Amino acid sequence: MRQIAIYGKGGIGKSTTTQNTVAGLASIGKKVMIVGCDPKADSTRLILHAKAQATVMDMVRELGTVEDLELDDVMKVGFGDVKCVESGGPEPGVGCAGRGVITAINFLEENGAYTPDLDFVFYDVLGDVVCGGFAMPIRENKAEEIYIVCSGEMMAMYAANNIAKGILKYASSGKVRLGGLICNSRNTDREDELIEALAAKLGTQMIHFVPRDNQVQRAELRRMTVIEYSPDHKQANEYRELARKISENKMLVVPTPLEMEELEDLLMEFGIMEADDESVVGVAEAAS
Amino acid sequence: MANNLGLAVKPVTETPAAEIERVAAWINTEEYKDLNFKREALVVMPPHACQPLGAELVAHAFEGSLPFVHGSQGCASYYRSTLNRHFREPAPAVSDAMTEDGAVFGGQNNLHEGLENAIALYKPKMIPVFTSCMPEIIGDDLTAFIKNARNKGIVPEGMPVPYANTPSFNGSHVHGYDAMLLSILQTLTEGKKMEGRCTGKINLIPGFDANTGNFREYKRIFAEFGAPLTILGDISDVFDSPCDGTYRTYPGGTPLADAGDSVNGKATLSIGPFSAAKTFAWLKDNYAGRHVAIPMPLGIAKTDEFIKKIAELTGKPVPDSIKEERGRAVDAMTDSHQYIHGKKFALYGDPDQLIGYVSFLLEMGAVPYHILCSKGSKKVEKEIQALLDSSPYGAKGKIYMGKDLWHLRSLLMTDPVDAIIGDTHGKFIARDANIPLFRYGFPVFDRVNRHRYPIIGYQGVINMVTEICNKFIEIVDETCDDRHFEMMR
Repeated sequence: MRQIAIYGKGGIGKSTTTQNTVAGLASIGKKVMIVGCDPKADSTRLILHAKAQATVMDMVRELGTVEDLELDDVMKVGFGDVKCVESGGPEPGVGCAGRGVITAINFLEENGAYTPDLDFVFYDVLGDVVCGGFAMPIRENKAEEIYIVCSGEMMAMYAANNIAKGILKYASSGKVRLGGLICNSRNTDREDELIEALAAKLGTQMIHFVPRDNQVQRAELRRMTVIEYSPDHKQANEYRELARKISENKMLVVPTPLEMEELEDLLMEFGIMEADDESVVGVAEAAS
Repeated sequence: MANNLGLAVKPVTETPAAEIERVAAWINTEEYKDLNFKREALVVMPPHACQPLGAELVAHAFEGSLPFVHGSQGCASYYRSTLNRHFREPAPAVSDAMTEDGAVFGGQNNLHEGLENAIALYKPKMIPVFTSCMPEIIGDDLTAFIKNARNKGIVPEGMPVPYANTPSFNGSHVHGYDAMLLSILQTLTEGKKMEGRCTGKINLIPGFDANTGNFREYKRIFAEFGAPLTILGDISDVFDSPCDGTYRTYPGGTPLADAGDSVNGKATLSIGPFSAAKTFAWLKDNYAGRHVAIPMPLGIAKTDEFIKKIAELTGKPVPDSIKEERGRAVDAMTDSHQYIHGKKFALYGDPDQLIGYVSFLLEMGAVPYHILCSKGSKKVEKEIQALLDSSPYGAKGKIYMGKDLWHLRSLLMTDPVDAIIGDTHGKFIARDANIPLFRYGFPVFDRVNRHRYPIIGYQGVINMVTEICNKFIEIVDETCDDRHFEMMR
């Protein structure tokens, strides 16, 4: 069983990419489980054709305790026999979403969700690794492979570099490694070259460049993956290709995150950022 | 209003005495009981403690072992003082005192500095680490932290540092005991299993049990059999060490070598299927020999089961001395059964103890009436129900799972019983109900030397029968009129 965690900046397309990749793996006969680790709980809707599945924390909220919860209450099976679980979490602004992830994953372990017939477990994790709870999927004996979804936009790359820092911390004491960057294209200039360059600096690879295609949105409107909605469409091929590459990937590295200056130099080199003009810093419009 | 010095005192509340009287009477009514049982958001006097307290008990139970709380200092004080007050003995344990910065940046630095200090100051042979709430909430990764401590050379090679995640807000002291014991055994037995080796010893897992007398009784019974025994782990000398003028930081405890070699034992006997469930499940796949989980030996029937199991596992006949002991216990029961027969009891405690109490009371013709468990499960409930169904005295018994002592108070007031079996926390409701409380559970803060009197085995039967029946006789003596104050009882 290979356990894989997907990280990346919020809104970058982690859940869409994860579900399409998982659908790709399922379509070549792999047994997969998705564990959504995001209080928003949108990691499984395309596989289940559901608005939002009942999450572990929803059920805990209802029952008042995790002890009375059964695996069948929270695990649903969708397209390609993919098993789906969402950790869920508190309402925005209250409680501790990180602990929700810990509780949910402990529950899955204790109740035998990790069956030996599984080929892959995918953790789709919220935005950055903001606290210990969101690092739960990459603790010892859990995911040993991480893929970061990013694009050629500045903030996405900042986030990718930050996540690499988090991975470095856990890689020094455990087996977790970076498997590569997945470029989810936003059609920025020289995007593929830029992500290739970032990947090289991080000591990893751009495992696949997923071009932008509105077919993804058309499928999403039907709460489906492209793989299921239009298996012959060229975008479906892209996800199958990504699935194949992940399946065959042997390049697992301890990342070498960049210093902020190094990252900014890279962005300037590609014209995404301009050099700071210190003469205008702190000068109001009227005064200049 | 004036106090006894004649100074004016402003009343704290304006509640008139009549209103206080009305409410005091109202909380004893059926109406209040119904409302009380509808309560959802609040727990009042739960009869269980938190996971790390259970973890600390078993962390003390091994040779040279220094329990280490990864978390807040106040939490660590609570576990220690609870053990202090129960045993009236020191409970030497340390904490890495996580504070605000630890909560923000993670507790690795605290853990590393704490380990460094603890090793330098207290020279332990083993440091079992367990957690309070705070590091659990922020998601501290103990596996990584301890590995890093080893890589940095903070923990000397060969020193075992087992660790368990024991969030206080989940489960009870029983679960924490189980998680810590599992980690200690996993750590100490690593690489110790040898094909073909058999120590010839029986391993005994006592479960969460804070009665040192019980531990000595287990050892005595095995000695009668002439059967070598390893208790995993043994608190009897740790919390019942002799007062001879010398302070010992680490008195007694199961020798680490014996605990490591327990993986090659002849058999493993786990007392109480609910007390060490996870440890037992792991051990079945990893320990040599046979593995059996049996109920706590409380009362005659459960002790018989225990004794027969020892005979079976060791291949030795039951010694005459034990048979005689059984005879004496049965005699003690027969001599005193009329004082307990038909008496109704309210019981609360840990699942395995409850099962034992019920079995013992039914043997005496007493009626286990209100049976309450704050951290039970459906499985526990089923097992107790089966016991109740096996005897006519069990017909009136009712089980309350997930309830607290304030619920029990309502039951005592609306549907009275003759006595309670529990721990010190029940003394307030026992006083309100004006009935005796027998303190066989944990903790006992308000009586001395209770933990030195075994309640397991045939000797335990004699002890319980004696205490309970004499109490009922005393009540008669204290409450009867002169005409009925008799020499003979």
